[in-house]
Amino acid sequence: MSDALTEALIENPVGAFIEVIRCGALTTIQDAGRHGFRHLGVSQTGALDPIAMQQANLLLGNAPDAAVLEISVGPLVLHFPQDCAIAMSGSGFAAARNAPDATALLPGHVSIIHSGETLTLNKPLIPGARCYLAFSGGIDVPTVLGSRSTDMQAGFGGLEGRALQAGDKLPIGAATQPLVKAGRGIRPLSPSHILRALPGPDYESFTTDSQVLLWSQPWRISHQSNRMGLRLKGTALQLEQTLDQPSAGVLPGDVQVPPDGLPIVLANDAQTIGGYPRIASVIRADLWQLAHFPPGTSVYFVLVSLQEAIAASARQAHYLKRLQELVATEQVFSASGSCK
Amino acid sequence: MTTNIASHEPLVATPLAPTPRVSRLAEDALLFQFTAAGESRPTLPLQQRLWALVEALESRRAELGLLEIVPGMGNLLLRVASTDNLSTQTRIDTLTDHVLTCWNSVSPTDSPGRTITIPVTYGGEAGPDLQTVAAHTGLSGDAIIARHSAGLYRVFCLGFQPGFAYLGGLDPALAIPRRATPRLSIPAGSVAIGGNQTAVYPSASPGGWHIIGRTALMLFDPSREQPALLIAGDTVRFVAARSAP
Repeated sequence: MSDALTEALIENPVGAFIEVIRCGALTTIQDAGRHGFRHLGVSQTGALDPIAMQQANLLLGNAPDAAVLEISVGPLVLHFPQDCAIAMSGSGFAAARNAPDATALLPGHVSIIHSGETLTLNKPLIPGARCYLAFSGGIDVPTVLGSRSTDMQAGFGGLEGRALQAGDKLPIGAATQPLVKAGRGIRPLSPSHILRALPGPDYESFTTDSQVLLWSQPWRISHQSNRMGLRLKGTALQLEQTLDQPSAGVLPGDVQVPPDGLPIVLANDAQTIGGYPRIASVIRADLWQLAHFPPGTSVYFVLVSLQEAIAASARQAHYLKRLQELVATEQVFSASGSCK
Repeated sequence: MTTNIASHEPLVATPLAPTPRVSRLAEDALLFQFTAAGESRPTLPLQQRLWALVEALESRRAELGLLEIVPGMGNLLLRVASTDNLSTQTRIDTLTDHVLTCWNSVSPTDSPGRTITIPVTYGGEAGPDLQTVAAHTGLSGDAIIARHSAGLYRVFCLGFQPGFAYLGGLDPALAIPRRATPRLSIPAGSVAIGGNQTAVYPSASPGGWHIIGRTALMLFDPSREQPALLIAGDTVRFVAARSAP
């Protein structure tokens, strides 16, 4: 029956919304992030896993960077006053629908939620990994400095610059025709726990032992990690001598080493300027993985060349372009795993 | 495991002193450090030259494919818009050459910029640490207010929070080490001193600086056409506002 429904365009009435009945901590509205304002001190924000965000939007026929929900802790309970096509991506969530004939909600697949239905995302299948939920038409909060992303530190963007809470109403834009039928979808990417990186501006200021340690030891993700940065645990890194450097612009992916010697990988909500020595920077094609490292698991840094970094970035862009073509021609997998 | 990393060598050396240090941040960003190694703060003339460089780059932002142009304290971070094709390397090399050529040819901006006056309610509830600063510096509260509001400050750059200005020009007599225990929340608009710097907090945040007053001005409002009240190169004056009766 879901297939039949997707044949007809679901028309969102003007002022369509989805109601938040219950909400765990730190569910936020995110898009591709805020760019071009770092010189004013404005952080990037945006989906930590922009690949997952684009996958979900592509399935629904949304613009690739339409605003989605980023969810890390359950439960999230949403009530749909009207029919709505949705797509989940990133790390999976144990989900339940209260409709009797409802199909299971799978990451990378389109589902049609019916008017009056309640959707419950209970908990992440991998604790600490993030899930993305896109809605046909996208979440239509106002843009602030060119983005709908929530900046929780500065308190703007998204819904009043904060995480969602019970009672919120998410405005939904004009519905698009899902490009993929319900029950069909794509395979989500799996994080490798390997972060390819280039040496940072202060690499040579670290002891030779520390340079070797950076690339050789497993780094455990600390519980103090968040959207500003992932704190790592391991054998502390040491400088040859104390560096007293003036503050300089920093970017998500920079691996900073504060005085305790334990690295922090800056993430999307990081401040724009910092003063700690930078031993490395993670290549852009691997940044999406930062969304999916549960505290307590380990990651490795792997040294690559600039050419490899550029090639990885080009491959990722090609993957997304190819995905767009495959989705447009419905050459995607059904839930059972066979290709149509 | 190799530790001999050729790609970390400075990309370009220029014959002119001081030689800027150029480094890569992943494949899409460049950091230019113009201060001498070991210099912890830029001089005003060096920063003025940086502002002139930024202005020159801003005027060619689209042409150079620049997504971010972020001046820091005596340094500059540039991020290019997209790296999804293999001409990135050439594009970044060209950009590096352009920036270094530009740096060698620009004259420091000698304009004082706009002058922004910030009314401050000093002391009392608005400035709970004024007496701490007085005790540390040996100056009276009134003398601290007089000295703080007599200064002409320059906005070196913005960062840390939206609209947070790194100001140069604090009277050295007012310097005080940061609090041993940071406050969990410093209210928006707080005027504070930490080390040899003074600043205004655009939004509430934790912090270890000493709060000597508060302004009612909004330092950052994303709905304004110019969201930040202060921008790099501006001159700032603080004036003592009358306390609310």
